[in-house]
Amino acid sequence: MSVESAYRPRLAYRHAVGTAFRWITAAGALLGIVLLALLLTDVARDGTRLLSWDFLNAFPSRFPEQAGFKAALWGSIWVIGFTALLSFPIGVGAALYLEEYSGRGRLTRLIQLNISNLAGVPSIVFGILGLQLFVRGTLGFGPDLGGFGRSVIAGSLTLTLLILPIVIVAAQESVRAVPSSIREASYGVGATRWQTVWHHVLPQALPGILTGMILALSRAIGETAPLIMIGALTFVAFVPEGPGDPFTAMPIQIFNWVGRPQADFRDLAATGIIVLLVVLLAMNAVAVYVRQRTQRNV
Amino acid sequence: MVGTIPEGARPLPQKAPGAPLMSSGTGTPIASPAPAAKPPIDVDVPDPIVEIRDFDLWYGKFQALEGVSLRVPRNQITALIGPSGCGKTTLLRSINRMNDLIPYVRARGEIAVDGRNIYDPGVDPVEVRRVIGMVFQKPNPFPKSIHQNVAFGARINGYRGDIDELVERALKQAALWEEVSDKLSESGLTLSGGQQQRLCIARAIAVSPDIVLMDEPCSALDPIATQRIEDLMRRLAEDYTIVIVTHNMQQAARVSDRTAFMLAGDDRTGRLIEYGTTDQIFSTPRDERTEAYITGRFG
Amino acid sequence: MAASANQVRFARNRRRHLIEQAIGGALFACASVTVVTTVGIVVILLGEGATFFQDVSVIEFLTNDRWTPLFASKNFGVLPLVSGTLLIAVGASLVALPIGTVSAVFLSEYASPHVRGVVKPVLEVLAGIPTVVYGYFALTFITPLLRDSFFPELGPFNAVSAIVVVGVMIIPMVSSLSDDAMRAVPVALREGAYGVGATRFEVVTRIVLPAALSGIVASYLLAISRAIGETMAVTIAAGATPHLTFNPLESVQTMTAYIVQVSLGDTPHGSLEYRTIFAVGATLFTMTLGMNIIARRVVGRFQETYE
Repeated sequence: MSVESAYRPRLAYRHAVGTAFRWITAAGALLGIVLLALLLTDVARDGTRLLSWDFLNAFPSRFPEQAGFKAALWGSIWVIGFTALLSFPIGVGAALYLEEYSGRGRLTRLIQLNISNLAGVPSIVFGILGLQLFVRGTLGFGPDLGGFGRSVIAGSLTLTLLILPIVIVAAQESVRAVPSSIREASYGVGATRWQTVWHHVLPQALPGILTGMILALSRAIGETAPLIMIGALTFVAFVPEGPGDPFTAMPIQIFNWVGRPQADFRDLAATGIIVLLVVLLAMNAVAVYVRQRTQRNV
Repeated sequence: MVGTIPEGARPLPQKAPGAPLMSSGTGTPIASPAPAAKPPIDVDVPDPIVEIRDFDLWYGKFQALEGVSLRVPRNQITALIGPSGCGKTTLLRSINRMNDLIPYVRARGEIAVDGRNIYDPGVDPVEVRRVIGMVFQKPNPFPKSIHQNVAFGARINGYRGDIDELVERALKQAALWEEVSDKLSESGLTLSGGQQQRLCIARAIAVSPDIVLMDEPCSALDPIATQRIEDLMRRLAEDYTIVIVTHNMQQAARVSDRTAFMLAGDDRTGRLIEYGTTDQIFSTPRDERTEAYITGRFG
Repeated sequence: MAASANQVRFARNRRRHLIEQAIGGALFACASVTVVTTVGIVVILLGEGATFFQDVSVIEFLTNDRWTPLFASKNFGVLPLVSGTLLIAVGASLVALPIGTVSAVFLSEYASPHVRGVVKPVLEVLAGIPTVVYGYFALTFITPLLRDSFFPELGPFNAVSAIVVVGVMIIPMVSSLSDDAMRAVPVALREGAYGVGATRFEVVTRIVLPAALSGIVASYLLAISRAIGETMAVTIAAGATPHLTFNPLESVQTMTAYIVQVSLGDTPHGSLEYRTIFAVGATLFTMTLGMNIIARRVVGRFQETYE
């Protein structure tokens, strides 16, 4: 047929190109996984030697074999605990406002745009903000309000502002996923807006909100730069006893150890990284668990 | 690591399916009509371009088609009709192996095109789809210029002639040339729905297929646009074999030469119930289910 | 609507109405926190930056090619910090954009749902690892590896090790966001291409990638923006010597690393040296914000492509 001769499909060649391309893409994806594996094995190789209960129970020391992670671990727990207490109500409140209360007007769009812009602001800029606003209590002009100093609460407030965009977006998605039929049913029996939100929307959205919250906190727990900015101390031989106390945190302590020239301190840093990664893994496992449990229920 | 969909000349597995047809779990006997052992195949198709023989298809464990046998006449329009979920689109997409693109699809049986079973190992589905073109339910022009839309298939398939001339010829055949000849570089998405569908027809015929499969091509169009596509189909039938799936019985009656009626039983497996000339199916259906459907008693 | 009808009636119940009003106000206050945050950042950077620019001219800041505010002979040219930042960001992009893009193609077009369900989250772990860990990885693994294999002269602090780890950490931004963009390309378009005899490769390269292009470009911009703002890995791995250089084997200092250096040191608060961090911070903020805004514009166009 003349039609056949009008085409030269070269199928073998095209399939060969396609197969090669497919393997290139698979290799690319594999490369990322290999790099992750390399990173984890590097840390595990260097860090397991000094890993022990003593490491978790000792304060920093000039002698690497006596140095421990206690102040950092408890400092992180304090800071993240207050961050959770602060960011949960604010984040959920903001999400409820945007999803359930505000209209679709310009103000809402502005707030929404602002949130997505904030999510892209480098964390160190939040550190500068926290330093001025919460440590010193000043905007650089006008009255000096007096800040919280280099304290746990200043760190928590800074990290709260940092993760709020993540918390709000996650909470918004969960709230949006609640079927509107539930709201209509509630309004239909004469409930007010808040009664509807409180009794029907929030309980349904809660697991999703919690998952997003945990993931946001696991971002916060690894943050180093903003805490350095607000002056978390790198040599702290005590556990904070209140929100006004100075503190250190796990990533700060790791950063401090990494910066020392002695190999033993670098191994100590790796040991600290193992602890930090285990904490992160545990938080993510909880998040996955919460998500899967609710998926089964719905 | 690699995708589930074979890239190359790998046909669907031919082996028997793992799941029995009537899966267990339904305790009560199924009251569906027993599938006719051999559906009435229209025998007076002396030189079929497509011959489907005892074709089965599964999506995973779900059997979507069972025992379909059908002979499609050359240079005519064959309509597949039946209620939603009867498997007519699945059957249509089996004729150019479009179903290969869906994960977990398995097929058994034979679809011969000009005597060659396209499910044979060694048959390249890519080449099958060039020879058997397709027009979809919703117009799906590429987000490219009108010219690029039509030229796409020719370019990738190594067309050796003058591409511009080919584009013009295909657009003329699709009765779109007059409307777009002065804006070939504009996006295909700027056209109206009916024009987009004719652009998709031009795209399909630009690679000189032998057969054009049309999956409810007018379901997204208004009556006037539908009218134009139907007129076009009649003209295209002079050069191409057309198989059309349609929900619309009037459309089948208006445009097609042959009509195949399909129906799914309570097991949701689609089967061919009756096949004949369109006149015969609509005037003197032999099967009472066909009659029930065309008289609007269900579906 | 039933809701508004209800509210009209509830308005007669003053107490209930007041409670509802108060709750609405409280929720609005929560949402305003984000706006206040942005305003706070801008006011602090502009306010403190302005006092810095009373002493140092903007011209000098932008054109002087030396940055030595902490030395006796002070120079306030931000260019070395910007060049260090761009060196890291561009280098990291050269690592992450190709790897991320082909990974995204794999996830979206070739991987089975099962494989995708494993590979995508594993790649995303790369973005969840704290950046201080990447710094450690660069210092103790990448630099020795590069020194032993290709560059025997490589110093302990160098741009290239930071480039590699920052590149690795932004791979998931490219792979996940580009994967989303490609998967958003309608199945109908792919089928249209398959229907005229295209191979999978042709469908991917000629239909899917062009259709998803703006989403992919947006993912690039967001990833580069992240690389510009990345702090700890470059502080640890790239060193603390501001150089106007584009040689990745040298030690460089980024804007972020400089801010960390000042805040760790004993520079007195309120001094001119200290106020440099606000000027540098404002520069950093402007660059990342600009990239993010452009990225959003690009995505906005992408969403109009179909429908």
